[in-house]
Amino acid sequence: MAKRIDISDLSIYYGAFKAVEDVTMSVPPRSVTAFIGPSGCGKSTVLRTLNRMHEVIPGARVEGKVLLDGQDLYGSGVDPVAVRRTIGMVFQRPNPFPTMTIRDNVVAGLRLNGVRDKKRLDEITEQSLRGANLWNEVKDRLDKPGAGLSGGQQQRLCIARAIAVSPEVLLMDEPCSALDPISTLAIEDLINDLKTRFTIVIVTHNMQQAARVSDQTAFFNLAATGKPGKLVEMDSTSTIFNNPSLKATEDYISGRFG
Amino acid sequence: MSPPTSGPAVAGPSFPGDPVTGELASSAPGPFGPGAEGGRRGQGRLGDRLFGGAALGSGLTVVLLVTLIGVFLVSQALPALARNQANFFTSTEWVVSGDSPRFGIARLLWVTVLSSLMALAIAVPLGMAVALFLTQYAPRWLARPAAGAVDLLAAVPSIVFGLWGLRVLGPLTGGTQDFLRDHLGFIPLFSAGSVSSTTTIFLAGIVLAIMILPIITALSRDVFNQTPTTHKEAALALGATRWEMIRTAVLPFGKPGVISASMLGLGRALGETVAVMMLVSSLPAGSAWSWSLFGGGETFASKIALGAGEFDTPEKTGAYIAAGLVLFVLTFIVNAIARVVIERRKAFTE
Ligand SMILES: Nc1ncnc2c1ncn2[C@@H]1O[C@H](COP(=O)(O)OP(=O)(O)OP(=O)(O)O)[C@@H](O)[C@H]1O
Ligand SMILES: [Mg+2]
Repeated sequence: MAKRIDISDLSIYYGAFKAVEDVTMSVPPRSVTAFIGPSGCGKSTVLRTLNRMHEVIPGARVEGKVLLDGQDLYGSGVDPVAVRRTIGMVFQRPNPFPTMTIRDNVVAGLRLNGVRDKKRLDEITEQSLRGANLWNEVKDRLDKPGAGLSGGQQQRLCIARAIAVSPEVLLMDEPCSALDPISTLAIEDLINDLKTRFTIVIVTHNMQQAARVSDQTAFFNLAATGKPGKLVEMDSTSTIFNNPSLKATEDYISGRFG
Repeated sequence: MSPPTSGPAVAGPSFPGDPVTGELASSAPGPFGPGAEGGRRGQGRLGDRLFGGAALGSGLTVVLLVTLIGVFLVSQALPALARNQANFFTSTEWVVSGDSPRFGIARLLWVTVLSSLMALAIAVPLGMAVALFLTQYAPRWLARPAAGAVDLLAAVPSIVFGLWGLRVLGPLTGGTQDFLRDHLGFIPLFSAGSVSSTTTIFLAGIVLAIMILPIITALSRDVFNQTPTTHKEAALALGATRWEMIRTAVLPFGKPGVISASMLGLGRALGETVAVMMLVSSLPAGSAWSWSLFGGGETFASKIALGAGEFDTPEKTGAYIAAGLVLFVLTFIVNAIARVVIERRKAFTE
């Protein structure tokens, strides 16, 4: 299931504005990679180009390559819709479909893929909710609206929805920033479970979180406002947090930034 | 209706524009101009009070006006209804002069509802499609002018629509009407009618659809535009195509808005007068009842307008006013439903 990602010389533009410059990195399968860095340095931007979600924004475009197990995501003839079915995404704000029940939320992606078999849908609903550590909390109210859950539950519902389609890669953009510490821990545990099956890339502003959940960490920075963001340093998480090779990384991690 | 009660209330805030803006303007320099803190606050509170009073006054005026209109209609209609020899709700006759008037609204109600529902059946899907195109598909350079063009439709006077329907659309749809009648004639709705194809309820339905298209499109466009990006991204990130994204995110979010837009459109279609009057042939007295779209007749509004020549005695006028009252109630119900739907939606999004 899980696949590796290789990014080479990736630059990303919003119209004429170059937001990110020359990112090259590799994400091994079945691992958690954390993106850290100051606000506006392009973490979300890079993350979104990994499943072509940036194309939703008018004027956004990329140069360079993103390979998923060797296959270029931006190759001619590659359908962005197909890319997004393989590479799932969880957003900063929990965004379950408000008019749908919990069950329908979980299987929304499967329905899009044309799965109609009721039994199969029920199986996957349970599997995904268990996978997202939400099953016990919602099993008695699967037919209630997803919007009626707490924020943390909603976020886990969104994770269940993302893993229900069995993606190869799971992208998470600050998935815990709208949540309380308990829900955050629940989701971090979940990420630990999920990495046995998926390749995970997570953006976070929380250093402890990056240290707790990730195997490797990528530090992004930008020289000045208006300049493009860059990948400054990437290494195993223990190296980045204990023994970074660059002073900028050390400063950022120890909170002596800016 | 008595001048003493309505007089003062109406004279004050009924034209809130002039007096109120005048007062607000004169108090406006206060908060920003020089002056002690206390003075400022006092003036601020005065402004609040003035504005609050004006708002309350305008609100009460509107309620009062609606009530007065209702009272007026009922008081005028009752004597005529008392003299009516036929059943007001089930009769299709319309004889209001003489000592034993016989009139009923059955035909009017049917023609009104039929033409309006047909307009709705065309305008809602079409308006939604146009709104979806404008908000989800059209490139920006096209979306704005196209939206403007649709809005412009709203500025075309009814009488122009009437003429256009008569001269252009009638001949144009003659073939379609014949086709429907020949192939679906076994359904009462499509059975042969007694009037020419350029003057049918069918034709009025199409013209009404075009007339209510702008309001339905504009309101649907607004709600579709308001679909939160997070919902749309949720669908897209699951691998939805654009149409699938619309189905899973945009349409569920916009549904209550589209429903209330349809109700407003329906309200407009129910009350449309001039175009219907020009388009649909009246039937001779004593015509057999017909369910068909290809028949003629009058709507409430067109009947009243056509009957203007008979408004010479209170009794005769009262019959028309009774018909107007039914239209009033019908429109009121439709608007009330729209209100309820809008309120439900508010509760839902908050
Ligand atoms: N839709 C957009 N249109 C134009 N510019 C954008 C858009 N989204 C982001 N940018 C710009 O791209 C740069 C990187 O933004 P991005 O959102 O990727 O930063 P980030 O690292 O995720 O920040 P944060 O930590 O605050 O989420 C910023 O300068 C931002 O202003
Ligand atoms: Mg971000």
